[in-house]
Amino acid sequence: MPPSSASYIEGLSAVAESVISDRLSRRKTRHLRERFIEFILFSAAAFSVFVTLGIVYVLVSESVVFFRQVSVWDFLTDTQWTPLFDDAHYGIMVLLSGTLVSSGVALAVAVPLGTIIAIYLSEFAPFSVREVAKPLLELLSGVPTVVYGYFALLFVTPLLQALIPGLPGFNLLSAGLVMGIMIIPYVASVSEDAMRAVPMSMREGSYAMGATRFQTATRVVTPAALSGITAAYILGISRAVGETMILAIAAGMQPNLTWNPTEPAATITSFIVQVALGDLPHGSIGYQTIFAAGLTLMLMTLAFNVLGHVLTRRFRQAY
Amino acid sequence: MSKVAEGSLAASSMVVKAETKNLNFHYGSFHALKSINMPLYEKKVTALIGPSGCGKSTYLRCFNRMHDLYPGNRYDGEIKLYPDNTNLLHAHVDPIEVRMRISMVFQKPNPFPKSIYENVAYGLRVRGERKASIVDEKVEQALRGAALWDEVKHRLKDLAFNLSGGQQQRLCIARALATEPEILLFDEPTSALDPIATASIEELIADLKGKLTILIVTHNMQQAARVSDYTAYMYLGEVIEFDVTDTIFIKPKNKATEDYITGRFG
Repeated sequence: MPPSSASYIEGLSAVAESVISDRLSRRKTRHLRERFIEFILFSAAAFSVFVTLGIVYVLVSESVVFFRQVSVWDFLTDTQWTPLFDDAHYGIMVLLSGTLVSSGVALAVAVPLGTIIAIYLSEFAPFSVREVAKPLLELLSGVPTVVYGYFALLFVTPLLQALIPGLPGFNLLSAGLVMGIMIIPYVASVSEDAMRAVPMSMREGSYAMGATRFQTATRVVTPAALSGITAAYILGISRAVGETMILAIAAGMQPNLTWNPTEPAATITSFIVQVALGDLPHGSIGYQTIFAAGLTLMLMTLAFNVLGHVLTRRFRQAY
Repeated sequence: MSKVAEGSLAASSMVVKAETKNLNFHYGSFHALKSINMPLYEKKVTALIGPSGCGKSTYLRCFNRMHDLYPGNRYDGEIKLYPDNTNLLHAHVDPIEVRMRISMVFQKPNPFPKSIYENVAYGLRVRGERKASIVDEKVEQALRGAALWDEVKHRLKDLAFNLSGGQQQRLCIARALATEPEILLFDEPTSALDPIATASIEELIADLKGKLTILIVTHNMQQAARVSDYTAYMYLGEVIEFDVTDTIFIKPKNKATEDYITGRFG
């Protein structure tokens, strides 16, 4: 007896159902696995965000405690920084001047030299030279900053003293110059990447108009790579503003409101080192100052990064 | 050169602007151009056609020594530029001097990251022209020559990237014209453009003819037929046939040319 067509279809649909449910369950486990992986990836991303938020929270909440005792106005306008004295003053400008002067000196070294090196490596250097020079340059950024600090104090400062009589043993100039040397690889390397990303067709267009290599490099390739070069400069500024060890070693640590690079001065970072290593009681106003100083530093770097972002967007070209 | 247009209507009365004599070109060990001999007639449009990889762009780029930009390239033979009888390929001839006399328009529009005005003025600036009135005048003249003036005269300070693809290519033509070159090279100038922009560029080439000598590479046979006076068919690094465009398209002498033109090959 052949099975009735009804039961035959029933049987078929039962088979089909079991196949489908089997597939469904497989799809379910696959789905779960996907969700699990997604969760792991999300956690990794979230972790770094939360850590950053945590740091911001600590800085802000501790700074709030500080600003209960010292007005923001005083903090910004006072011309003395003597948090550890009986007659305490909290003028951040004093530390800020040290940071700005040393960063200014560093950038005056790193921006022109870094850009020139980038132009040379990207537009002039033969392949063999670039292959050797770029890793060598990047090696410079692997030197620990403490080594740079001693290099500034024990080598560059005596050299400068020979040129500038009366230069004190600790000064912003020497620290700034060495900091500039430290930043050169960052500026050069990021700028060079940006220049190399400029399409060859644009260079050919320039050469075809009878331009020389130098004209092509400065008038076409550099403007075309401007967004990347700006990013390189901003990266350099952030490094300079946040640099600590070189300044702590070579610039002296006494607070000094000055715009003269040949004077010694403390910077925001070197002050934080000094206080954090000292034996100030927890919760004292002196201890609290480092959070206010740290917050200032963070806001500065943030401002530069935002500026960099804005400039990058403004100059961005689509090729 | 028996292949060349002997007896055809124009050849005898035309002035030769440049003449390629026994040109061989190597990319490293690759023999890319083989014994090329052909004239370039003054104030005429000459088209180079042929299948991909036949060497037509390579040949075009010999005229402004673009191959000098890359290592491992070697020219043998001559391209004589008249009336001064200079061999463009000679080692003692400065490629920058060559490019001052021979301009080029590329396949993809490649404006510089500058304003419309500065793009056109670029060639004058690299030649050291400082006088604003002269630059102004030549920029306007070049933009008019490239049929772009009316579209951009009110926004010369705008960034060139804001123009449409067709406008960018006409800007590149204006840039090339601003320095008043003797020869203008076009390397597939419409392959990145839509049909309307292509038509305007072709119209422009027709206008420019009579003012300067044009050499154009195209993969589009209809384009060659429309815009050129002379056509060279190239295959595997050789010029198979060179003649008046009508002859090439209506009764080519060489079977290989005929096969390519009629679409049986390539």
